[in-house]
Amino acid sequence: MTFWLVLTVNSITFGGLLFLLSAGFSLIFGLMRIPNLTHGSLFMLGAYVGATFVVGMLGFQLNFWLAAVLATLTVAACGALAERLLLRRLPGDQLAQVLVTLGLSFMAADFCLMVWGGDPLNITTPAGLGGFVRVAGVAFPAYRLAIIVIAALVAVALWLLLDRTRLGAMIRAGVDDPDMARVVGIRVSQLFTIVFALGAGLAAFAGIIGGPILSVYPGLDQDMLPLALVVVILGGTGSLLGSFVGSIIIGFIYNFGQALLPELAYFVLFMPMLLVLLLRPQGLFGRHVP
Amino acid sequence: MSARLIALAVAFVALVTVPYWMPGDYYVNVASQILLYSIFALGLNVLVGYAGLVSLGHAGLFGIAAYATAYMLQIGAGHTAAIVVALIVGMASMALFAVLSLRSTGIGFIMITLALGEILWGLAYRWISLTGGDNGISVRTRPEPFGYSLTSPNTFYYTTLIVFVLSVAAMAVFVRSPFGASLKGTRDQPRRMNALGYHVWLIRFYACLVSGLLTAVSGILFVYYTQFISPQTLALTSSAEVLLMVISGGAGTLLGPMVGAALVVVVKTVVSGFIERWNFLLGAIFVAIVILMPEGLVPGSVRLWRLAWRKLSAPAKTAATEGKP
Repeated sequence: MTFWLVLTVNSITFGGLLFLLSAGFSLIFGLMRIPNLTHGSLFMLGAYVGATFVVGMLGFQLNFWLAAVLATLTVAACGALAERLLLRRLPGDQLAQVLVTLGLSFMAADFCLMVWGGDPLNITTPAGLGGFVRVAGVAFPAYRLAIIVIAALVAVALWLLLDRTRLGAMIRAGVDDPDMARVVGIRVSQLFTIVFALGAGLAAFAGIIGGPILSVYPGLDQDMLPLALVVVILGGTGSLLGSFVGSIIIGFIYNFGQALLPELAYFVLFMPMLLVLLLRPQGLFGRHVP
Repeated sequence: MSARLIALAVAFVALVTVPYWMPGDYYVNVASQILLYSIFALGLNVLVGYAGLVSLGHAGLFGIAAYATAYMLQIGAGHTAAIVVALIVGMASMALFAVLSLRSTGIGFIMITLALGEILWGLAYRWISLTGGDNGISVRTRPEPFGYSLTSPNTFYYTTLIVFVLSVAAMAVFVRSPFGASLKGTRDQPRRMNALGYHVWLIRFYACLVSGLLTAVSGILFVYYTQFISPQTLALTSSAEVLLMVISGGAGTLLGPMVGAALVVVVKTVVSGFIERWNFLLGAIFVAIVILMPEGLVPGSVRLWRLAWRKLSAPAKTAATEGKP
């Protein structure tokens, strides 16, 4: 019983991290119509930058949360720059844009290997969350519960941003019909930069927040990118609810698959995606077929 | 046309005599690699260049044929059986890939092939009882068709060359055939092709099978060349490398993928001799080519050449017309 309960909590925690990662991926996909293949790299970059501050590689140590915010901002700026300087040069050419993101992801992976080396970095759990919380006689790691709370807070904030603000309304308009949005005076290309920076920041935040659980190692990007891809195919592009539900489903399948069928974990992970592709190509909550 | 024939003859003679003018075995092996990757790139080019479908999962298909060969040899089958099974497994996986990914085109096709490629990588990495996981599978011997042993670099090179020439000839026929024309039609005008009565899906499916056959053949050559297969061969990096070969050389041309394969293999072997930063360079070349020369090196240099030619000959022409009263 305890085994299943702990597995469930782990699944929801991982689902929360996946939501942080894939919400940005889904928004970028919805708006710019491209799968951003650097998304795994942004996750890893966020984790590495955050770890640098937490471990004190630059000679000073920062508080975990301060480091998380700094890493998020740094990577968001990198994302905005990449969009401005490279993707912007290829307007409307989605294939070329995808290939550029692919090229950038290799450069980022090798850059991380060059700067931080090949050994995994362990990020210590932030102070005060290292212990356990006892619920009905079962001990849960406090930090994992904290991640669930953080992910839920970010989800609510994102929903408010998209549903209640002017910027959110413009983004939704851009997702639904970019040409019409341009006609009514929305600067869609500016939205591209904003959404790209937002998505990059969210991915980096997920990376550093997930650091104490996953640790940071070369190849983390290649582990996370397919997961983001599966979540978005499952949930549908451009839909926040879709990423949320998709993340939770994949969180469960990933953890239960690893525990019960370790040899076929990847296969089990991708099965629901194939089913969705066959039965409902636009995803559970999506409106466009990619 | 005659200039073209001469160029072809020179290239052919150069390829046949490689073991005589190359300075050593190492370079003959590099030449074998270029040829086998050319076959792989030609296979991917059928989809990327002629069908307009960009696949990011082809390393998975390449790897599955290689794994099938290695696995059959490991359980004690002969070389013929291993190669036949590998071809069947490769083609069957390609057919499955095609059925799943041809539900969409463009970005959707990229995403689905990427995900399928990652599944195959995940299986190779995790299904340890079948694939040996990270340790991979070693292949002890190379085949000896009609008593002709392939163990030396030279004999292996010639075998690869024969397969390569056959593949290039098949591609040349394919491109000029009515089927090749209809495939290009589905790339440029799918709706119009449909209205004309062509079965667009089926044409694309057959193109996938052609691509899968070349990919499987190159996968088998690869596993006999390295005599080892591990999950790294199926990783996204490998899919991207072969896509880079096609795109850098020039998608939709016959020569482009071969030039691209030569470029990537040479840069990779030369560069890895000096520094370890191959992936960084790969990514940088990728970004540079997509932004600066999106049509690829072969069509790009042809365009530049023609432009220069016109610039050079234009003043002469105007002078000639002025000379006439």
